[in-house]
Amino acid sequence: MRELELFFGPQHLGMVGNFSITLSVEGDKILKATSDPGFLHRGFEKLMECRTWMQNFPLVCRINVVEPDHMEMVYAMAVEKLAGIEVPERAHWVRSIYLELARIASHLFGLWAYSNMLGFDTAAQWAMYHRDLILDLFEELTGGRVYHIYIWPGGVRRDFPEGFTDKIVKTLHSIGKSVPDYNDTFFKNPLFYERTRNIGKVTREEAEKWGGVGQVLRATGKPFDIRKVEPYAAYDKVDFNIPTREEGDAYSRIMVIRDEMIESVHLIFKLIEGLPKGKVYNKVPNPFKWKIKEGESYVRVESSRGELGLYLVSDGGDKPYRAHFRTPSYSHGLTVLEKVLEGANISDVGNIMISMYVCAPEIDR
Amino acid sequence: MDKKTSVLSPLKALKYLFKKPKTLRYPFELKEPAERYRGLHLNDWEKCVGCGNCADICPNEAIVMKEIPGLESGDGKRNERPEIDYGRCCFCGLCVDICPTGSLKLSRDYLHIHFDPGTFKLLAKDENTDKEHFLPEKEYSILKASLTHRRENYEGFSSDLEYALFNPERVQMSQLSPQERKSSFIEQVKGFSASEAMKEASRCLECKLCEEACPAGMNIVDYVRNLWEGNLEESVRDIYKTNPLPGVCGRVCTHNCESACVLGHRGEPVSIRWLKRYVVDNLPLSEYKKVLETEDIKSTGKKVAVVGAGPGGLSAAYYLRLLGYEVVIFEKLPKPGGMMRYGIPEYRLPYEALDKDIEYIKSVGVDIKCGTTIGEDITLTELRDNYDAVFVSTGFHTGRSTGVSGSENSHVFQAIELLRKVTMKEEIEVTDKIMVIGGGDVAMDISRTLARLQTKKFGAVNVTLSCLEARDIMPATPEEIEEALEEGIKMYPGWGPEKIIIEKEKIKGIVMKKCLSVFDEEGKFNPEFNGEEKKKFECSMVVEAIGQAPDFSFLTEDIKEKLEYEGRRMKVNEYGQTSLPWLFIGGDIMRGPDVINAIDTGHKAARGIDKFISRGEKK
Repeated sequence: MRELELFFGPQHLGMVGNFSITLSVEGDKILKATSDPGFLHRGFEKLMECRTWMQNFPLVCRINVVEPDHMEMVYAMAVEKLAGIEVPERAHWVRSIYLELARIASHLFGLWAYSNMLGFDTAAQWAMYHRDLILDLFEELTGGRVYHIYIWPGGVRRDFPEGFTDKIVKTLHSIGKSVPDYNDTFFKNPLFYERTRNIGKVTREEAEKWGGVGQVLRATGKPFDIRKVEPYAAYDKVDFNIPTREEGDAYSRIMVIRDEMIESVHLIFKLIEGLPKGKVYNKVPNPFKWKIKEGESYVRVESSRGELGLYLVSDGGDKPYRAHFRTPSYSHGLTVLEKVLEGANISDVGNIMISMYVCAPEIDR
Repeated sequence: MDKKTSVLSPLKALKYLFKKPKTLRYPFELKEPAERYRGLHLNDWEKCVGCGNCADICPNEAIVMKEIPGLESGDGKRNERPEIDYGRCCFCGLCVDICPTGSLKLSRDYLHIHFDPGTFKLLAKDENTDKEHFLPEKEYSILKASLTHRRENYEGFSSDLEYALFNPERVQMSQLSPQERKSSFIEQVKGFSASEAMKEASRCLECKLCEEACPAGMNIVDYVRNLWEGNLEESVRDIYKTNPLPGVCGRVCTHNCESACVLGHRGEPVSIRWLKRYVVDNLPLSEYKKVLETEDIKSTGKKVAVVGAGPGGLSAAYYLRLLGYEVVIFEKLPKPGGMMRYGIPEYRLPYEALDKDIEYIKSVGVDIKCGTTIGEDITLTELRDNYDAVFVSTGFHTGRSTGVSGSENSHVFQAIELLRKVTMKEEIEVTDKIMVIGGGDVAMDISRTLARLQTKKFGAVNVTLSCLEARDIMPATPEEIEEALEEGIKMYPGWGPEKIIIEKEKIKGIVMKKCLSVFDEEGKFNPEFNGEEKKKFECSMVVEAIGQAPDFSFLTEDIKEKLEYEGRRMKVNEYGQTSLPWLFIGGDIMRGPDVINAIDTGHKAARGIDKFISRGEKK
């Protein structure tokens, strides 16, 4: 049989985002896959070098449209570590609640992408709707629906409005009521199960070797989560579980995501219960006269896709000397994906890619 | 392995066919944006001062400041307003959080659709400034929504001081307590420590409204920035570009800059005056010449005479000397400094600080001849003949009298004369009940000086002050009034003297009448009294501090004839040059009423004199 070279993306129905994979196929079987990023390179890291510490704050969230909040968090943490800024206790809790909401919103968005791609349109529409309910909460808290520009160095930008925690609880309850519907139509649907079982399998050793984090690693049984490994915000103040699965295939990855959403809801309830009183922002220096002493910092958070890190260097000036993001999709999309696609079927390319939550804007920054 | 459901179970989703759809049929079904929504900008033009901080912070350079003809400029305002380019704006709202006045907000409007990108620029206004485009809810239609079809009272994300990007609170200056102050002439303000100065300097937003308000146009933003960066020497150089008396101005300047500071709108202005003081107090005099690069001044061989060693004269002399002129200052009083030494009390301006500034001016080669009175020891004509140009800044050293009955009594004094005597360590009369008439800074100075002398002599303060002006329009600086009150001085603003009661050549009291208004409709001084409402105060000494006048007795008739006048003042050009080309004036006799104005007139005259001499114009 003849070997063919096939371009999968950036214009392809199975592709989400501006990303491309070059496949060598023989019939339906993939012999070799080469990730081809670069369609979405916007030069954020370079751009950050010519903006002041404060001006970068509305910028970083735009690196990844699906996950702006963890980007904000990681930037704020890196600046706080570099400049030695203390964050008020309440701000830590508010940040945690906000980040868990963001995790659920991001997972719902991912769920939409995944179910939509596999043809489960009903669940996809529900996921979009439920995500919108969380965006309503974000809108009320921050004034923006997608780019919230909320977590900034020193704390958060505004405190919860009156009665906001009740609204969170109410919204999450109303979303929670739909879990059986999701199970019936999607997660426990035999069609979905057959479509994803034993697809894109990764063993724990492979995941660790190739730089797999987040669901890719947790679906192989390793409970690796930065919230536990290196707690930030208020994650060390409350107890929560890390959902894992053993099989390491696409199905177990998506089930980890489902369980994570449910765990996040419980976590938010616990955080709301323990939410301390006080202020949520310690003033940072005047943005026109803010220099940070020479030094470097590396901080990491658990985004909805896995470990997200930021390496930030200051040369003592009013702008970062260098900023570099370590994003989960980078290793998932460039290393793990290439390996896993070898020997897979063409019809499973999108399936595998989205089950690993590969998100193009994280790869090209 | 999880238990799987039946292949038919997804069909349960069909139940939603019989439920009300969640989708909103936009634009017929609207969703109200949240209260904090970050939409299109709103700007209250009444509150906005055009400082431009929004444009500076904008990460996308979406905001430019547009000059608006017809808007007033000056006094902490600029006739510019922000124009936002919505092709660039990312709605982050940093502009709102930096806005010192709180005029800039974001609204809940967010729609604008147009084929022409040119229409994406908007001079942000709000419903008060733009009634035409901001419509009540009834007239507003979402179908027409755009940058110029907006809803009124639709405020979204707005400024909150707690989360503002600037610090509205200044670093508190440590001062002596009123109790400590009353009993001595020790300087009241202690000055900043290094860390306090840095912290205070770091509050400056660099909008330069202060520089526009400073009569001398000092490079405030530069010297504050250099101070913040720890570069004191550069900071001193910035200061000396326009002000050779920073030790004085750092203490007693009327600080128009601070009144103009944008941070003052919702907080406290940057302590620019104390920062200047910190800079110069922390550089030893021995370093000055090296730092300011004045060790070797090339001489032009030309000579200039300066009359009066006050701030105007010293400033002119210093800058003339820098240009290479041989400068001689003639001063009537025993020591240089003019009103800075003989008018301002020691607790506000210690002599060491003044001496440091003057010592430096002397050290660059300015010759000061004290105890020389023009018109007596040497005439103006002689100066004209022996020098290439003459600069006169003789100041306002003669007190004005109220002229009411009894004011000719020997226990009625002029504030300015008493202050001069205190400086010269002469004995002055201090009784246990003193009445001070006047509401300006001189009145405060003499009241507080007398309060100190009373404390020393009687152990208690009994000074009463009254002035024509009501409390809110008293001409003295607010903090001076505050501090005088703290020191136990009683104040009766809004009263004018009618007569001083004298029995056997001794003052028994004073009768005051209620003043209704000080100025007439044309803005001229023309007080109106209510003759029926009167008050009697007991006192044994009266001090008049209602203003000072110049003394032009040194002008001879032939010179007077040739001078042209505008009203009561001599006619001068921008350099202080009179109609006699060799004669320049400055200080209070040209433009008052404070040190910084005098410094500016001196500096300008120096440039004028340089022009005049170097062009070789005829005397």
